[in-house]
Amino acid sequence: MKKLFAVAALSFMLAACSAQESADEMPLGDPGYEEVLMAQLLDAEPGDVITIPEGKFPITRSLSLTVDGVTIRGAGMDKSILSFKGQVSGAEGLLVTASDFTIEGLAIEDTIGDALKISEGNNITIRGVRTEWTDGYKTENGAYGIYPVQTTNVLMEDNVAIGASDAGIYVGQSANVIVRRNRAEWNVAGIEIENTVDADVYENVATNNTGGILVFNMPNLPQLGERTRVFNNRVVDNNTENFGHEGTPVASVPAGSGIVITSNDKVEVFDNEIRNNQTANIIISSVFSTNYSGLSAQPNYDPYPEGIYIYGNTLEGGGDSPDGLDLKTLKTMMFGINGSFPDVLWDGFVNPDKLVNGKLPVDQRICIEDSSVGIINVDGPNEFASPNTEDADHRCTLPKLPAIKLENADA
Amino acid sequence: MIETMRAGLLAAVAGAALALSACGETTQGGAEVIASTMPVFHAEGRPEKLSEWNLLRVADGGLALNDRVTAYDLNSSLFTDYAHKLRTVWLPADEAAKYDGEETFDFPVGTVISKTFYYPREGDAVLLADDTTAERLNSGFALADVRLIETRLLVRREAGWEALPYVWNAEQTDAVLKRTGDAQKLTLTGLNGSSSEFTYIVPNANQCAGCHATNATTREVMPIGPKARHLNRDFSYAEGAENQLAEWSKLGLLSGAPEPTDAPRNAVWNDPGASLDSRARAYLDINCAHCHNRVGPADTSGLLLEHDAPVGPSLGLCKLPIAAGNGTGGRLFGIVPGKADQSIFTYRMESTDPSIMMPELGRSLSHAEGTQLIAEWIAAMDGSCA
Repeated sequence: MKKLFAVAALSFMLAACSAQESADEMPLGDPGYEEVLMAQLLDAEPGDVITIPEGKFPITRSLSLTVDGVTIRGAGMDKSILSFKGQVSGAEGLLVTASDFTIEGLAIEDTIGDALKISEGNNITIRGVRTEWTDGYKTENGAYGIYPVQTTNVLMEDNVAIGASDAGIYVGQSANVIVRRNRAEWNVAGIEIENTVDADVYENVATNNTGGILVFNMPNLPQLGERTRVFNNRVVDNNTENFGHEGTPVASVPAGSGIVITSNDKVEVFDNEIRNNQTANIIISSVFSTNYSGLSAQPNYDPYPEGIYIYGNTLEGGGDSPDGLDLKTLKTMMFGINGSFPDVLWDGFVNPDKLVNGKLPVDQRICIEDSSVGIINVDGPNEFASPNTEDADHRCTLPKLPAIKLENADA
Repeated sequence: MIETMRAGLLAAVAGAALALSACGETTQGGAEVIASTMPVFHAEGRPEKLSEWNLLRVADGGLALNDRVTAYDLNSSLFTDYAHKLRTVWLPADEAAKYDGEETFDFPVGTVISKTFYYPREGDAVLLADDTTAERLNSGFALADVRLIETRLLVRREAGWEALPYVWNAEQTDAVLKRTGDAQKLTLTGLNGSSSEFTYIVPNANQCAGCHATNATTREVMPIGPKARHLNRDFSYAEGAENQLAEWSKLGLLSGAPEPTDAPRNAVWNDPGASLDSRARAYLDINCAHCHNRVGPADTSGLLLEHDAPVGPSLGLCKLPIAAGNGTGGRLFGIVPGKADQSIFTYRMESTDPSIMMPELGRSLSHAEGTQLIAEWIAAMDGSCA
């Protein structure tokens, strides 16, 4: 295990260095390009392809697109770079409020706020885009890397997100979503699916984030989410300190979180490789355990994570150095200085109204099919008074969710 | 017909100065534009110069309104770096906007609404001062006293409203279309003698829609100000003060309006005679609700700030942020009753960092007086978020 960790870290460092070098080598291009691109975006018509040439172009004001049916295409995420290092206005790098939109093969760097925000669109493809804050991870970085919200039929593939102070690759309040083959590093949340209905998250790599892959449902938003499948991902070494902004939902994610499910229902986690996330490889919690008290939630909001199905994952390491005094103390008390939490850490909140003879019906439970995968209920409702590792009620199976189908995701 | 004749007469009287300012080298606007005082509605295209619309005329060292161009003001208005605003509306002859008690009036095709942003000038600097646009207009609007920055048009065409931003030239003779917006360095001299440099941002055409597409689903661009509750106030016309709704009805610009006393009316945000709550809600309505409404671009946040939005978490009370990023400032709730300095609202209003500040567009400076109002409003609230 120790060896694996070292190798992973080394190869990762190499990758980071080479990316850094190539970016430094590229001199800043024509400042006049900003005006050209802005005009192209303003004057775009449905069917247009806006080509971003090779080069690193300084952009000082937010870009935006409001026309349906437009494609923005660069020469590659390391070749066509929009650098917002000198940004003076606008809350994001590129804001898109349009449908039938494709963006591919470019990078958006160092925006003041969010890098790429797409609000209220249908048929959205984000492919081979890199969003990055190039000075490393820090709280002052913008919140979101790739940020579609209130969108439908969304394909996010082969993207890279680095350094976001909230989520690198995020999709919120959306429906029918595929997130695949992306790489998320050095973000607070690597990949986050929030208040979204029907999402498939697969073949992604999430590493060196505070939390690797998050499936959240938050209160007081127009749309609530359910049904997400997280499979065939590599979620390793997500142990970076939480550098999020106090008050935001992700700020309460402990460093060392692999996959985190918060207050979301019908989530299927299978066939992933989840290693060396030092708080726990899988965390299942209610908003009651976050900085969201849930006291002011809307009436139809369900704070309990229910119908969670975990099977077939490769789990290794992790749980050995949890973040936060409470969890540290708990871990040491139960498993000793050199011990580790089981792979699944659950805060233990259940809806008392749903209990039958003191137990949840099977379809509302956290089901862990593999007998080799343990669970700890930390007894959050009683402030960790009586944690236990009883697993009998979790040895169950649930109906599998159907695959997401998207017209633009044939490949 | 009568308009044309009258235009011809006026042209003869006004003479060369007008022709110089209005025609230039372009003939795009058509021969009737030259030396006419009749506005021109362009049903399509994007005229390069503001003068091609012929709403305003630069003559005798002053700025004046052309035929049937009517200036107006709002009870409470959007803060934009202390700029003063000359707002006008012009409708085709014999047509009227239909009154609505809640939404923007239904204006006919051919309507042109303008908003000119300017500052009183003090040497090379611009001056922080109360906006006295009506009085300035009635006394000739001397151009030597002001620095004209930009004039934004909202034009009602067959397909809907279109936003066109024009930036004034240094000579203040005309403004040129600048769809990609602009950034201008200004020095603002405060009333207390201090001065601050800032970058005044002219929005690009998409950013116009960032505020004016108040419904994020239809994305239709709409005027925001011309609503009953904003317009229901007196304006100092050349002939004397009159309620704007009454005047618009009298002029035939508006049909179906009730008596002003029966129409809704927002408070003037800095009117000490109005209640604190009504002033704060009026301020949030005009400064925030174009995005923070039930169908607006900021409905993603669940924070709703329209004038009639219910009091509760959706108004920010003990509401945790969702996607605020830098915008939380480490504060946990939108509004902590009684605790302005613990509320995200004031943090984001005080900030001038684009990743933090609210509103996201339209200002580079913080509105100290507006922030003070919201702080007082929060301070006066009972309760806690425990």
